[in-house]
Amino acid sequence: MIPELGHFALILALALALVQAVLPILGAARGIPAFVAVARPVAQGQFVFVAAAFAALAWSFYSNDFTVLNVVNNSNSSLPVQYRIAATWGSHEGSLLLWVLMLSVWMVAVSVFSKSLPDDMVARILGVMGLISVGFLAFLLFTSNPFERLLPAAPDGRDLNPLLQDPGMVIHPPMLYMGYVGFSVAFAFAIAALLDGRLDATWARWSRPWTTAAWIFLTLGIMLGSGWAYYELGWGGWWFWDPVENASFMPWLAGTALIHSLAVTEKRGAFKAWTVLLAILAFSLSLLGTFLVRSGVLTSVHAFATDPRRGVFILCFLALVIGGSLSLYAWRGKKVAPGARFELFSRESMLLANSMLLLVACAAVMLGTLYPLFLDALTGQKISVGPPYFELVFPILLAPAILLASLGPLVAWRKGNGAELARRMRLPAMLVLVFSLFVPLFFGRWALLTTLGLFLAFWIFAGTISALLLRLKAGTKINSAFAGMLLAHAGIGVFILGVTLVKSYEAETDVRLAPGESAELGGYLFKFEGANDVAGPNYQAARGVFVVTKDGQPVARMQPEKRIYRVQKNAMTEAAINSGVTRDLYVSLGEPAGNGAWTARLQVKPFVDWIWGGCLLMALGGLLAAADRRYRAGVRRREVPEAAEETVIHREPA
Amino acid sequence: MIRFLAPLAIFLAVVVFLYAGLGRDPREVPSPLIGKAAPAFELPVLAQPDKRFAPADMKGKVWLLNVWASWCVSCRDEHPVLVELAGKRVIPVLGLNYKDKDDQAKAWLAKFGNPYDLSVVDADGRIGIDYGVYGVPETYLIDGEGVIRYKQIGPLTPAILEQKVLPLAKSLQK
Repeated sequence: MIPELGHFALILALALALVQAVLPILGAARGIPAFVAVARPVAQGQFVFVAAAFAALAWSFYSNDFTVLNVVNNSNSSLPVQYRIAATWGSHEGSLLLWVLMLSVWMVAVSVFSKSLPDDMVARILGVMGLISVGFLAFLLFTSNPFERLLPAAPDGRDLNPLLQDPGMVIHPPMLYMGYVGFSVAFAFAIAALLDGRLDATWARWSRPWTTAAWIFLTLGIMLGSGWAYYELGWGGWWFWDPVENASFMPWLAGTALIHSLAVTEKRGAFKAWTVLLAILAFSLSLLGTFLVRSGVLTSVHAFATDPRRGVFILCFLALVIGGSLSLYAWRGKKVAPGARFELFSRESMLLANSMLLLVACAAVMLGTLYPLFLDALTGQKISVGPPYFELVFPILLAPAILLASLGPLVAWRKGNGAELARRMRLPAMLVLVFSLFVPLFFGRWALLTTLGLFLAFWIFAGTISALLLRLKAGTKINSAFAGMLLAHAGIGVFILGVTLVKSYEAETDVRLAPGESAELGGYLFKFEGANDVAGPNYQAARGVFVVTKDGQPVARMQPEKRIYRVQKNAMTEAAINSGVTRDLYVSLGEPAGNGAWTARLQVKPFVDWIWGGCLLMALGGLLAAADRRYRAGVRRREVPEAAEETVIHREPA
Repeated sequence: MIRFLAPLAIFLAVVVFLYAGLGRDPREVPSPLIGKAAPAFELPVLAQPDKRFAPADMKGKVWLLNVWASWCVSCRDEHPVLVELAGKRVIPVLGLNYKDKDDQAKAWLAKFGNPYDLSVVDADGRIGIDYGVYGVPETYLIDGEGVIRYKQIGPLTPAILEQKVLPLAKSLQK
């Protein structure tokens, strides 16, 4: 009964989505107030039904309803309850339902927090989002029904993929999807503005907090995914450049470019067409990511032997949404009035250069991700593009962006003063150079790449601190948007520091240890005390015990596991990690090697946690920026002084 | 104008490729052995220890070499397809019993039926390496000249037999 109610709720949600996609846009175009007024209540109603459907599916998982095919395939009665709930979005169907749920959450948010927007604008925005919702609901109902019954019932389920049985996996997909789908708001704003022909600073100011909010979720989602890969996959890597990761990274890059371009459009009215294009691209890349992951075109085996309709459906939808909006852009974009003029050396041109670099980096990631597909389609040749390509191309493209990001906050809008900037940054630049040359010696090994990485990190710190000092010296109040920007930039520095140090100084060794034997790595002594069998709720495990000491002092007791999950029979390596500010110790158990001995991989990873710490700072910075007073309802532009202007060096030397 | 049309043009090109990509299996790696002579071997025949077999014995015939093992779960799924094919007598099917134990292999054939004209024993998997076996079952179509013409990784299905293997075999038999 519950699954049927869920199915029915989904059908009603589709009906409401159709109404939402048609009436408000029509009403706004023809000036019919009744149609315009429909937008908000319909969006909220749609949320109620999607949430009901989601709750019904979650209930089926929670109550072990093995008459539902989806539950049979992705759950098991001995699965712990938090993973039974998380299994709701562990399957193809469930994760799409989560996608739609997130979309309707954003629609409700828009309908509630849009009091200061003109009604016809809200109608267009919600109409565009309704259109997207129609596509995804139809996809769910026609090709991927999550409530399909299996009669007679299965005695028990096939269990959730053990890789997904992890706390990180419980929150990673919702965060990531909130980010993906959140860009639909900026997208809808852009389409609404193109339809309307009104593209001005006000439009940019409305879009900014939404874009930043989506970007925060995406940042956290990617961070959680990377953290999950680090401790769950068991070999200590934190980013693999695989298509699924790239699919989430491309919208992040485009979204970052969009945030910066929106800043210019809001403050100076410039780059309007570019901003609109970026808004379309950020969401298009989110859709493309969904397509790549869900269609199996790049990753899965036999994805289309089972259901070719799915891939074709998403592709048609993709072509319709992205093709449609890019056509609209081609048609209306040129009518956008040019913005205020600015000099070559100005904050505008630096932000423009930065967003272009980000977009080029995004294109490089896309090329690497899709190239195997292109080549296969053209020549039938099979290749794979791996980390070597990305690790060469990506830093080269983004290093200039980092150099600029440090200076951007120090340069005035419209016309910057190069001589003044050079004078101000001379000392910091020298300090940064000296530090990045000599810090590697402290770690015992100098390498050019290490110095380059450190230079970028220290350089962005130097720029950030200079901008802060400059503003403090001028005596102006530091608003939360400015503080957020600096914090996010500092986060990039922390991230680069982490990546550079872990890539330069990580150590690993594969050992075979009998109980009582020890191995040394990076100054730490790992003593193996033996392994014993333990039973988990739905797995059997061998648990090894390692006692780690440094110079005779105890450091940690580590217990890595090798698990066999009973239902799916796959072995999982559950690494033991001892985290610290300056290093992680990472032990993963290999295979039994006879007489109680085991093979194991020991790793020391200096500063690896700074990678995620940096992401967290970026997200926090975003939060501060999005919470700025001027975005709140009722606060008008004139009440806030042109804050950014005071921070900069714009006075000519007397 | 071009400035505003370019994104659309690029996107359309991407869509064409994505559509082309839909029909393809990203993990389907063509075997480098196709069009090359089947690697030679001489191995004992299962259940007839005094007899030995080499691919050269099949010269002039088009035949299938099916890699199987009693421990392989997908082989059991594939097995009825092979038994039915053998019953039709359109093409000889020979087995390569891969990394298996003789008594278990014999018991398996006794239980599920024996579609093979004969099976050779590759107990240590050495011949499997020559043939690039990475997933069992695998099936090779070998022509009268001893050249590998087709390789199937994973179980044969009636659809693959009807659409790919048998038409190809028929054209080679002429």
